[in-house]
Amino acid sequence: MRDVLWFRQSRKPLEMVVSQSPLVELKGAGIQRSGAWLVRGVDLTVSPKEIVTLIGPNGSGKSTSAKMALGILKPSEGTAARRSGLKIGYVPQKLMIDWTLPLSVERFMRLTAKPGQRQVDEALDCTGVAHLRASEVRHLSGGQMQRVMLARAIAMQPDLLVLDEPVQGVDYSGEIAIYDLIARIRSDLGCGILMISHDLHVVMAATDRVVCLNGHVCCQGTPRDVSESEAFKTLFGARASGALAVYEHHHDHVHLPDGRVQHSDGSIHQNCCDHVHGPQDHAHEHHGKGHEAHDHSHDHSHSHVAGDHHAR
Amino acid sequence: MLDDFFVRAVLAGVGVAIVAGPLGCFIVWRRMAYFGDTLAHAALLGVALSLLIEVNTTVAVFAVSVAVAMAMLALRRTDTLSTDALLGLLSHSALALGLVCLAFMTWVRVDLTGLLFGDILAVSKFDVLTIYAGGALVIGVLCLVWKRLFAATVNPDLAAAEGMDPDKVNIIFMLLMAAVISIAIKVVGVLLITALLIIPAAAARRLSASPEQMAFFAAGLGIVSVLAGLFSSLNFDTPAGPSIVVAGTAIFILSILPWPGSKGISG
Repeated sequence: MRDVLWFRQSRKPLEMVVSQSPLVELKGAGIQRSGAWLVRGVDLTVSPKEIVTLIGPNGSGKSTSAKMALGILKPSEGTAARRSGLKIGYVPQKLMIDWTLPLSVERFMRLTAKPGQRQVDEALDCTGVAHLRASEVRHLSGGQMQRVMLARAIAMQPDLLVLDEPVQGVDYSGEIAIYDLIARIRSDLGCGILMISHDLHVVMAATDRVVCLNGHVCCQGTPRDVSESEAFKTLFGARASGALAVYEHHHDHVHLPDGRVQHSDGSIHQNCCDHVHGPQDHAHEHHGKGHEAHDHSHDHSHSHVAGDHHAR
Repeated sequence: MLDDFFVRAVLAGVGVAIVAGPLGCFIVWRRMAYFGDTLAHAALLGVALSLLIEVNTTVAVFAVSVAVAMAMLALRRTDTLSTDALLGLLSHSALALGLVCLAFMTWVRVDLTGLLFGDILAVSKFDVLTIYAGGALVIGVLCLVWKRLFAATVNPDLAAAEGMDPDKVNIIFMLLMAAVISIAIKVVGVLLITALLIIPAAAARRLSASPEQMAFFAAGLGIVSVLAGLFSSLNFDTPAGPSIVVAGTAIFILSILPWPGSKGISG
């Protein structure tokens, strides 16, 4: 399996995250369902003002891990600790509203919290759906619904914002705007953000830390660590680092039913975390799919100082 | 005034309608109509038990409904059968068990039709008191948990993540449903209780712009159904419980007709 990630450095240099006690911390957490582990051995922290993105293929346990962090699922092993009194804003992957449920956007904004009118107005404004406040939620399109759900979570002024695929169904220019907004929310509200991305070709702006899951934590680190690594500079030159990094990640092992791991060379180990991502694993190459997703992206305000593969 | 059987019937019916409306909205929103049916069918077993061990019928029905609701919650957590199969199994086995129990008790004469379809014209003063006391309790609790219950109805995960404790309010909701069934059984009987819960709520949908409004309209339309049903029962000598349900259905059909100026059923 081969996944390609695009990391875009934010315009501002990444601020050093002030070391504070984490908002949420998973330690060796796992969920077991009818004998099989959906995800296991997840170590994950989100600190105030930090944006952490979970990535990985389908069924890799991204949503499950996020649900453990949220307290929706109780880990079968390990621990999930949240700071006491933590206010959480959650944007789920999908929200189906039945015909029988009369629910306006305005009422939906106050579903779990009691934000003031000003917070509601501002939140709807900054996600660009202020004109929809009187609409019924079930009449919204997928993208509009995403924006309304995000506005609802922002209006709560949470300590921790959890976004499960926040740009699903949002049009391309809206996608960029929402990622910019997410970065702005972090600095304005000072909250920690835990984000899930399933579409690996999506541009991830201002992510402090990336956690790659594949039934367990494969690797984690800053996008900058990756883009400033020697292997990266060798391939793209120093100019490209700090701009757009293409990070290719081979899932070079499969998980056997008994929990052991078979590597691509056929060897079987107790776990997979001891494998080294050598230069060949990080071979940065132009990926056709990523290409197409980006070739209409030049006119927006944040120019990607990218490799020549963007100059079409 | 309360000495007149018809006045007592009207009071009892209106009392049940006021409680059934808001609760029925949640049953419709959460797609739990069949669940309500299961609890109502189990109520017959409660009636049989109350005759066997000589306790208050309302209390026995409430206890059996709660037991069935909790069994349902527990069974749903194990991956044995699909939810609708489980409901069908519980619903009809409880109904059959109730009928068998009643048949064994040869020493009591039971008005089976009254149990199945209600006997609103035979409610006592004590029944009316039970309906209003129990109804006030149900409405009070519903107001207290309204926000949390509504959030859990829109999306359980979202409610759980944002501290609305959906598991707890789900159990409270089950208890409220069991309570409404135990006070409504006398009015419409075990087979028609679900109708009184969901038909006014469904009829209120088109008129309502917010969930709270829908709860009020459901109660109002329930009252109208009860009055229309009772008066037509008096005039045409039809059974009271079924007449109330027929009146409710007529109101529902009126509500979904494409009236001029309305936006249609999807609007």
